[in-house]
Amino acid sequence: MEYLRQVLLQKVAGFDQLPGSLQVFIPMLLGCLLCLGLVALFPLFAVWLERKVSAHMQDRLGPMRVGGWHGWAQTIADGVKLLLKEDIIPAEADRLLFKLAPIVVFVGGFAAFVVLPFSDQFIVSDLNIGVLYIIAISSLGVVGIIMAGWASNNKYALFGGMRAAAQIVSYEIPTMLAILTVVIPVGSLSMQDIVRAQSGGIFNWFIFQPVTFLAFWVFYIGTLAEVNRTPFDIPEAESELVAGYHTEYSGMRFAFFFLAEYANMFLVSAIGVTLFWGGWQGPTWLPGPIWFILKAMALVFVQMWLRWTLPRLRVDQLMYVSWKVLLPISFILVLAAGILALVTEGHLNE
Amino acid sequence: MQVEAYAGEEMILNMGPQHPSTHGVLRLELETDGEIVKKVIPHIGYLHRCFEKHAEKIDYLGVIPFCDRMDYIASMNNSLGYALAIEKLLQLEVNQRVQTLRILMAELNRIASHLLSIGTYAMDIGSFTPFLHCFREREKVLDLFEWLCGARLLYNYNWVGGVSHDLPTGFIEKTREFLRQFEPVITEMDKLLSYNKIFIERTANVGIITEKQAFSHNVTGPNLRGSGIRWDLRKEEPYCGYETYNFEIPVGLGKFGSLGSCWDRYYVRVREMEQSIQLILQALDRLPEGDVQETVPKRIKPSKGEIYDRTETPRGELGYYVISDGGLIPFRVKVKSPCFTVLSILPSIAKGAMVADIIAIIGSIDIVMGEIDR
Repeated sequence: MEYLRQVLLQKVAGFDQLPGSLQVFIPMLLGCLLCLGLVALFPLFAVWLERKVSAHMQDRLGPMRVGGWHGWAQTIADGVKLLLKEDIIPAEADRLLFKLAPIVVFVGGFAAFVVLPFSDQFIVSDLNIGVLYIIAISSLGVVGIIMAGWASNNKYALFGGMRAAAQIVSYEIPTMLAILTVVIPVGSLSMQDIVRAQSGGIFNWFIFQPVTFLAFWVFYIGTLAEVNRTPFDIPEAESELVAGYHTEYSGMRFAFFFLAEYANMFLVSAIGVTLFWGGWQGPTWLPGPIWFILKAMALVFVQMWLRWTLPRLRVDQLMYVSWKVLLPISFILVLAAGILALVTEGHLNE
Repeated sequence: MQVEAYAGEEMILNMGPQHPSTHGVLRLELETDGEIVKKVIPHIGYLHRCFEKHAEKIDYLGVIPFCDRMDYIASMNNSLGYALAIEKLLQLEVNQRVQTLRILMAELNRIASHLLSIGTYAMDIGSFTPFLHCFREREKVLDLFEWLCGARLLYNYNWVGGVSHDLPTGFIEKTREFLRQFEPVITEMDKLLSYNKIFIERTANVGIITEKQAFSHNVTGPNLRGSGIRWDLRKEEPYCGYETYNFEIPVGLGKFGSLGSCWDRYYVRVREMEQSIQLILQALDRLPEGDVQETVPKRIKPSKGEIYDRTETPRGELGYYVISDGGLIPFRVKVKSPCFTVLSILPSIAKGAMVADIIAIIGSIDIVMGEIDR
């Protein structure tokens, strides 16, 4: 976080006397804490938003009382309630795995936030393998889900965990290939490079380019499945498996899964915005981070909209869509992106 | 829950009795091999409330509130069946106003019952919004009922020889208003749910009930009509003057996939709501004057005899077999419940289905445990 380091050098007395490594480490730590704050606070807002959105789509009102104006403090109240609950661990459960699982799921999501480019300078770490890092880290969540399913010592949870693992792993492939169609014209895995490749006006965004336009839809559907949202919410299918892999979790542990799910929703929307919708770019009358968050929120809203409209796919139909529909399409798109890049010799945005 | 290891990889999974999707307290023992279900054994009796035993201890009129509580979602139809049976036993004729009111209430209740069935079915499949839209409309029907007789769900309305309350002033206009704004809602439901690709994939070709299976298991009601068989007691053995009304019997057409699938049964229910609207409008048009309680006897003391009478409830053919020994209290009231007979088909149609399909199948046969267990 070079920007933050410069700010600290100027503002904080004695900062320039610290050894070089600390000078780099402290801004990074601060950046991570900021990300943690975002990851913790966004679900609070998102849960409230989901309840309001779903309510209005279902011809009702949603939270209205807690905190006064349209129940904005409802999630805080719910969070406090969850904190006060008794911590129940099932009798024959694997205690270590049971306790670790929500943390693994949470970390898998949170760790990917550090490469999100909130603006030209606001990025905790502009890794030159940013995209690869994100794909790798977000796969960590699957391990946590399987741990949760197994450690609960509950048939339903096991079912849910296995289904979730199969689903997430299957959908990662078309998603990755869709991301590849963006990486090919840019020629770099760094997130900031991808955003900068879309500079020069709204029509340079990858969503308006021929091949990547289709790749966005593959990406969006794939990420819907990765965050277990309807129509792909088999792992949490309330009417079938009670609550799937987090059946046995109560109190704060359950809250962690919940938080992780909403943070993941924001994460994949943010990645989609970075790759396809121009990232933090927008008219200068609003700062970069605001554009970034607005665009990500729009994608999050569409995710919520889909959840409350569509029924749920059965697990074999879900697999069918992934392997027999999305995967061939994404292969063709990668091929097309390669051919396009060859033909225009990488001068797509000039 | 015991994990019993069978030879191979079969797992015994217990669904219920407390489960969000089993429509009441139904326990299903599933023997599954991964996702595929090899065997389904339903266990019932969790809601047994000794209806038939009560009926041996209470006088004829007193049984009517108990009848309501069997199929608590379609109470008007339940008490109608019983009242008709006792009236036949007494050889009692009721006047035109009573008959029209009975049809009016039975059809309104059919709409309310189908709305609940469709709404909860959509929720089981994962689509949460139609549930609330259906319940919004159902609330309007229940408001009408509350205005009429004071109860939302269990009415004690159809008495032997009459009905308990006459229509309040303004009821007819309010009902017409409700029907006017309800017709577009069915179209909205069609757009949102019926032809939704995901819904069709989940329900078409799932839980096929063939004609032969339907006959051998005595399936009746929308479940039978979903398999293409045009059999409705309102047309075959009309009661309350149904023969003078103009209405169609929707049957499943096998539009998507094989005939007799969950989608067909769901579709029959949606179309039946439309037909109920027609029936209600006709009933409202022809409502004659009269006293709704002029033929209610003071003491019901039928002569010795027995009778079996059946009516078409939203769930199928409900039959009452009443034996009278000449006294004030019935000797025996046996109920033939449509949901009980249709539940018996579950093991045969669920073989080879997946766990998610079991949910779809149970939702589509529309069972109410109150009626199965009595």
